[in-house]
Amino acid sequence: MSNSYVFMAIAAMAITTYVIRMLPMAIFRKKIENRWIKSFLYYVPYAVLSAMTFPAVFTSTGSEMGASIGCVMAIMLAYFNKGLLTVAIGAALMAFLVQFAGL
Amino acid sequence: MNEIKEGIKAGIPIALGYFAVSIAFGVSAVGSNVPWWGATLISLTNLTSAGQKAGVDVMAKGGELFSVVTLLVVTTLIINMRYFLMGVSLSQKVETKMPMWQRLLVAFGITDEIYAVSMGRKGEVTSLYMAGLIIPPIFGWTGGTLIGSVATNFMPEIVASALGIALYGMFIAVIVPPSKQNKSVLFTVILAIILSVVFTYAPFLKFLTDWSIIIITVLVSAIAATLFPVKEEQDE
Repeated sequence: MSNSYVFMAIAAMAITTYVIRMLPMAIFRKKIENRWIKSFLYYVPYAVLSAMTFPAVFTSTGSEMGASIGCVMAIMLAYFNKGLLTVAIGAALMAFLVQFAGL
Repeated sequence: MNEIKEGIKAGIPIALGYFAVSIAFGVSAVGSNVPWWGATLISLTNLTSAGQKAGVDVMAKGGELFSVVTLLVVTTLIINMRYFLMGVSLSQKVETKMPMWQRLLVAFGITDEIYAVSMGRKGEVTSLYMAGLIIPPIFGWTGGTLIGSVATNFMPEIVASALGIALYGMFIAVIVPPSKQNKSVLFTVILAIILSVVFTYAPFLKFLTDWSIIIITVLVSAIAATLFPVKEEQDE
């Protein structure tokens, strides 16, 4: 990647992200009343994170077996309400162990 | 002075969590051929996980500069749109007398975790409290990325490879607990996964791959919002 490509790409991401955060803080002093828009925004994080995670998670490490078992580990830890950090480390540790064992 | 201390106290656990996870982001960004300084600069200027990961995926695919930048703007816009809603509710939570320049600075620090902690605090939040809450996570997130992206050259292949799953682990930790409690969230998650698998493997949808995350997010959120509008008290 050329330096100018990296700079342009980062500027595009950074400016867009900041504008999204800044606009409501600067403009909205009253709550959004439209129920459909509120509902839509409520579901966005779950839809986007699910679509980003599956099926990409299965090819996120050197072995599909390691990634799959790491993913199951993450779902189990998350199911028992472990924190973000515990779940992330648990998944990586499991993926590492499976790869280390040569599966 | 007490306000900033209390903010820092709440910010440090977030910073530690960010530090660990952003090491994984640094490793995966360098794995996608982004230079180490680029990965670090992305974390310093964006301060967000899912949006950065998706952005790096777009950068790695490459292509004509104009189309890459357009795709980055649209991808970032959709993925980070939730910050807009958080910004709206945080704008009611900060002290009424907070001047505009402070509101503009606080806006930079809106993340899932920082937002959640500031909303959990009783009464209005001051700019000093927000400064204490936001600054440690910025250092944690940027520092972890720097270390991850530089250390990836010295890291055994197998460790770097296993860390690739860490960010997805964090996403899973965000998705699963509310899916247990709320059927409409579970519906959203399952529908998004099904569509994402279809978009990835169906040959007739291959031409849409670059846009799949955006299309799925808008489509699934719109369907969920129409079928299961949130109750008035559920919006935060």
